[in-house]
Amino acid sequence: MPTEATPVPGPSAPSRSEPPVLTGSGAILASLEKLGVTDVFGLPGGAIMPFYDELMASTAIRHILVRHEQGAGHAAEGYAVASGRLGVCIATSGPGATNLVTAIADAYMDSVPLLAITGQVFSTSMGTDAFQEVDITGITMPITKHSFLVTKPEDVPGVLAAAVHIATTGRPGPVLVDVTKDAQQKSAPFIWPPKIDLPGYRPVTKAHGKQINAAAQLIAESRRPVLYVGGGVIRAGAHAELLRFAEETGAPVVTTLMARGAFPDSHQQNLGMPGMHGTVPSVLALQESDLLIALGARFDDRVTGKVSEFAPHAKVIHVDIDPAEIGKIRAADVPIVGDAREVLLDLLPAYRVAAKAVKPDFSDWWKRIESLRTQYPLGYTMPDDGLLSPQWIIEKIGELSGPEAVYAAGVGQHQMWAAQFIKYERPGSWLNSGGAGTMGYAVPAAMGAKVAQPDRLVWAIDGDGCFQMTNQELATCTINEIPIKVAVINNSSLGMVRQWQTLFYDGRHSFTDLNTGHDTAMIPDFIKMADAYGALGIRVTKPEEVEPAIRLAMETNDRPVVIDFIVSRDAMVWPMVPQGVGNSQVQYARDHAPEWERE
Amino acid sequence: MSHHVLSLLVEDKPGLLTRVAGLFARRGFNIISLAVGTTEVPGLSRITVVVDVEGLPLEQVTKQLNKLVNVLKIVELDATQSVQREHMLIKVRVDSTTRSQILEAATLFRARIVDVATDALVIEVTGDTAKVEALLRVLEPYGIKEIAQSGLLAMGRGSKSISERVLKNS
Repeated sequence: MPTEATPVPGPSAPSRSEPPVLTGSGAILASLEKLGVTDVFGLPGGAIMPFYDELMASTAIRHILVRHEQGAGHAAEGYAVASGRLGVCIATSGPGATNLVTAIADAYMDSVPLLAITGQVFSTSMGTDAFQEVDITGITMPITKHSFLVTKPEDVPGVLAAAVHIATTGRPGPVLVDVTKDAQQKSAPFIWPPKIDLPGYRPVTKAHGKQINAAAQLIAESRRPVLYVGGGVIRAGAHAELLRFAEETGAPVVTTLMARGAFPDSHQQNLGMPGMHGTVPSVLALQESDLLIALGARFDDRVTGKVSEFAPHAKVIHVDIDPAEIGKIRAADVPIVGDAREVLLDLLPAYRVAAKAVKPDFSDWWKRIESLRTQYPLGYTMPDDGLLSPQWIIEKIGELSGPEAVYAAGVGQHQMWAAQFIKYERPGSWLNSGGAGTMGYAVPAAMGAKVAQPDRLVWAIDGDGCFQMTNQELATCTINEIPIKVAVINNSSLGMVRQWQTLFYDGRHSFTDLNTGHDTAMIPDFIKMADAYGALGIRVTKPEEVEPAIRLAMETNDRPVVIDFIVSRDAMVWPMVPQGVGNSQVQYARDHAPEWERE
Repeated sequence: MSHHVLSLLVEDKPGLLTRVAGLFARRGFNIISLAVGTTEVPGLSRITVVVDVEGLPLEQVTKQLNKLVNVLKIVELDATQSVQREHMLIKVRVDSTTRSQILEAATLFRARIVDVATDALVIEVTGDTAKVEALLRVLEPYGIKEIAQSGLLAMGRGSKSISERVLKNS
């Protein structure tokens, strides 16, 4: 033992620099606070109780007790997408953790920064099929960006800091941290900031200059370019840079389902959504293009249709922060790995230089696009069964609520209509489950968005099928004073499946009737349900009731509102590209395909 | 079939092998052989994987692997630029008339006899895939009772090491 040692502080007089000793659960709480987390969604159970005991005392973190863990997951997603911040959800071991799985998979598909914290049984019991034990890190491996199992309290700060770093940087995504009960109970010195040791994780954000110049050159030389904008632009916060770049180049813009709001719908250059239910100008502009400038988009099958027939004459500039997306579906002539915002910042000056020499001219291209626009505007026909038009209602909600509101959709026909007929002007105003197609997303996601942005009007545009999957969170909304508005577009059926049955299965409507709407038993009665949950329920069956109901919902902020819009079940989503065929086969309405220039 | 030999430098973390193997299964990449072991650097392991990427660019395999947080580096080892070895134990049936022929074959292949019984021998052989397969073909007529085989091991030729740059960066 060294004798010349500096005076060692006795146990009675700890020095200032000595870190506090915390339990593992105390360390989770302290780490979350240090990481700037202010709101979490969760539901306690046996294996996470030590942490919940700590959480009870926290003033920095608001915990919202959900009624089902899936609700916590989607709420955290809605929170994250609306605000651009990290979403956090918490569950116990076993079924608590597995109930998060759908939301985690959803966040993975849509690149949502999500931290899921789960309790785990005692480390000494793991592997013995203990009560409420599941291998949640194993289960979630294919649907998380990364996952951690923590069995020692001293590992908590480092793991949580690393988890948040991974979830929020590069291509964002869900990260799961599973903490054993003994790791929560035992104590260790709490050292902050912890050392984050991730030698294998280095996302590239800054693109290669050579590639930028090559891209700029291609754009300047193109005659029929399209900016194919994906959700990555929103995740990167690149909307302002996109606007500048689009205006400078004058190229048309299409915004995918995940990118609605990345570029203003009111902008003359915005052709709308591409893909299976995209606008005809958007779908055909891609088909006839000679250059796709893909920004944070991943050539999803719902966008491309039959890949071999997608944009057959186009060269491709593919910008994505995830190198694995580039060339995955469609070969890129100019691959650019980088953050969409940084790439656009670099691309603009490079384009100016290239354009000076080449003098790009897109006037013929715009002439063609304008003719498509005139011929095939987005629209709908009023139903002839005397019932309300779902498209008209959704359009009305958008008109009355405006672009500052937030709209969260479920999955199906109402989702497509909400993507088509609400005008999005800003990123974060449109929330939906794009990649995973998770029914039941809307209500909890809207709840999360309202927590993140309490001053905004938040709508859940839901279907009668979706609504029945997650409406238990209305209780959470009422109790916690989160006054969301739910518009149930009640067509009494699993509408999108029914549409496919009508079109592709000889009208055999196999098990898609939900009996919630017109001329049915109306089980459940959504108005009584709203009432039971302490929400205001309004039923709308006539056109003249629509606007007053929406206005009443907008004015009611002391409780959630559910409007049960009884609509026609025969309304279909158009335009549509049938699955498995090229996008040039887009149908404007049933049996009505637009003509387009073949080369 | 197009086989590629990939060498992965990975962090030795619980579940790492599941992550790598699961990724191959999920993305539809076929694993032909797999060998895992520690490296000269504490905390790092090396996975040598032979992958069949028919109809799929190898690039997609390496990019997806690179996304795994615990994977530090991936190198494709070309047969001409690397040393590649398999290791195999072969239990072959013998009797008094075949014993000497089998011993002779083993000698020709520079294989070793590691267990002897009156009616069987265990032969240990090391070599590239072609050599190991050739020995198997020679032994086949005598009756192969059992085979245990390692995955392919591979290492780039020359003085460079896979872990060099990784360690410098961290």
